[in-house]
Amino acid sequence: MCTLEKRGQLFLLKLTGDGEHRLNPTLLDSITSAITQIRSDPSSSQSVLITTSDGKFFSNGYDLALAESNPSLRPVMDSKLRSLVADLISLPMPTIAAVTGHASAAGFVLAMSHDYVLMRGDRGFLYMSELDIELVIPPWFAAMIRMKIGSPAARRDVMLTAEKVTAERGLEMGIVDSSYGSAAETVEGAVKLGEELVRRGVDGHVYGGMREALLKQVLHTIGSNESVSNRMRNSGSKL
Amino acid sequence: MCTLEKRGNLFLLTLTGDNEHRFNPDAIATILSLLAQAKSQAKRGSVLITTGHGKFFSNGFDLAWAQASGSLTGAAERLHQMVESFKPVVAALLDLPMPTIAALNGHAAAAGLMLALSHDYVFMRKDRGVLYMSEVDIGLSMPDYFAAMVRSKIGTSAARREVLLSGKKIRGEEAVALGIVDSAAHDSAEGVVEATVGLAEKLAAKKWNGDVYASIRKSLYPELCEILGLKATIFATPKL
Repeated sequence: MCTLEKRGQLFLLKLTGDGEHRLNPTLLDSITSAITQIRSDPSSSQSVLITTSDGKFFSNGYDLALAESNPSLRPVMDSKLRSLVADLISLPMPTIAAVTGHASAAGFVLAMSHDYVLMRGDRGFLYMSELDIELVIPPWFAAMIRMKIGSPAARRDVMLTAEKVTAERGLEMGIVDSSYGSAAETVEGAVKLGEELVRRGVDGHVYGGMREALLKQVLHTIGSNESVSNRMRNSGSKL
Repeated sequence: MCTLEKRGNLFLLTLTGDNEHRFNPDAIATILSLLAQAKSQAKRGSVLITTGHGKFFSNGFDLAWAQASGSLTGAAERLHQMVESFKPVVAALLDLPMPTIAALNGHAAAAGLMLALSHDYVFMRKDRGVLYMSEVDIGLSMPDYFAAMVRSKIGTSAARREVLLSGKKIRGEEAVALGIVDSAAHDSAEGVVEATVGLAEKLAAKKWNGDVYASIRKSLYPELCEILGLKATIFATPKL
């Protein structure tokens, strides 16, 4: 499902296995518990999180087949991803998504929920697939896109043409911070950036609080759900 | 004053006649009813292109009609009436269950520029035609939904300042550089229309579900939708 490794001050969270890393309740719980583990680490406020994956996919989004067979799981997956993203937004450390495969819909949102998005340039794309599969885009996804993508034309291209955004286009749009020749190089790049961020020595709690302030609008849109708001309150700033 | 033509997948809305295509209550009502017609005939692969004849796409509200009321209060009332009755035109375009493209044959000013910006894609001429928010020059106040449209569709604060505050007449190349329009590559109205037809055919080929398309479009512009009283539809079943 997912593994958590510590390399010095870097936490490496990896979505494992050669599948699509669909965000079903089990995987979401697994990622969430890894984040909880990270938070409880005593040196967490001087650390950096890198999220990456095995195989062809970063994540291909929600488990729609599961939702089709059991529609009651649709709101469960939505709720769990909201919680996870709120968790990432308040996380007391910089976060880097090392996108080494396709990231679609909820998977794209998961990548965007990180402070830095590094991506392989040789293959793979970011894809807001909803229009192509006849799903509407939840308002909180749209809020994240508005936060992370600055140009109205780029937002339109992402949401309203379901563009398959390569790393090159991602760099143009400002969604991707840097691109690399291969999956391995992307992870290497993330590790280098992570080490640089650790060297800067910022207090993670201050950093997390700043990020929450910056993404306040996104948090507001996510938090129209009571259980999510409770969790957010518990992970608030240290004042 | 305004016609709706169907060419295969394409709906072509044309502001006819070699005049300024000013929006008075009659013109607004006509546009609204033609958009309703397009909506009722929409199917997968439908696309709307809006264009005009002559030197103007549209020069905005019919201020002469407002002044013809004979008094200052009368003029203000008529202007207010036009501002309010144009809101449903913008709403109808945001709600339209198909991609929309504005093919600017000429100048687009004030409410005329708002009409253009209400479309998903805006193409203008390279050689002729300007975009112009005249309000600051003629001392009119800015309707709230105009300002929201500028905020929604124009991304940088410099570009917004140029459009709203500078009273500048913005030509094609600059409009592209400022991110206001998608293209200003053609030296004739026919060239612009041809280019939009090309884009329309690409979009039509996707055969998107129009209701889903409209819903996603509205979720791109929540502030504007709220001002216009537009709600996003909620659910659709995924095509797995």
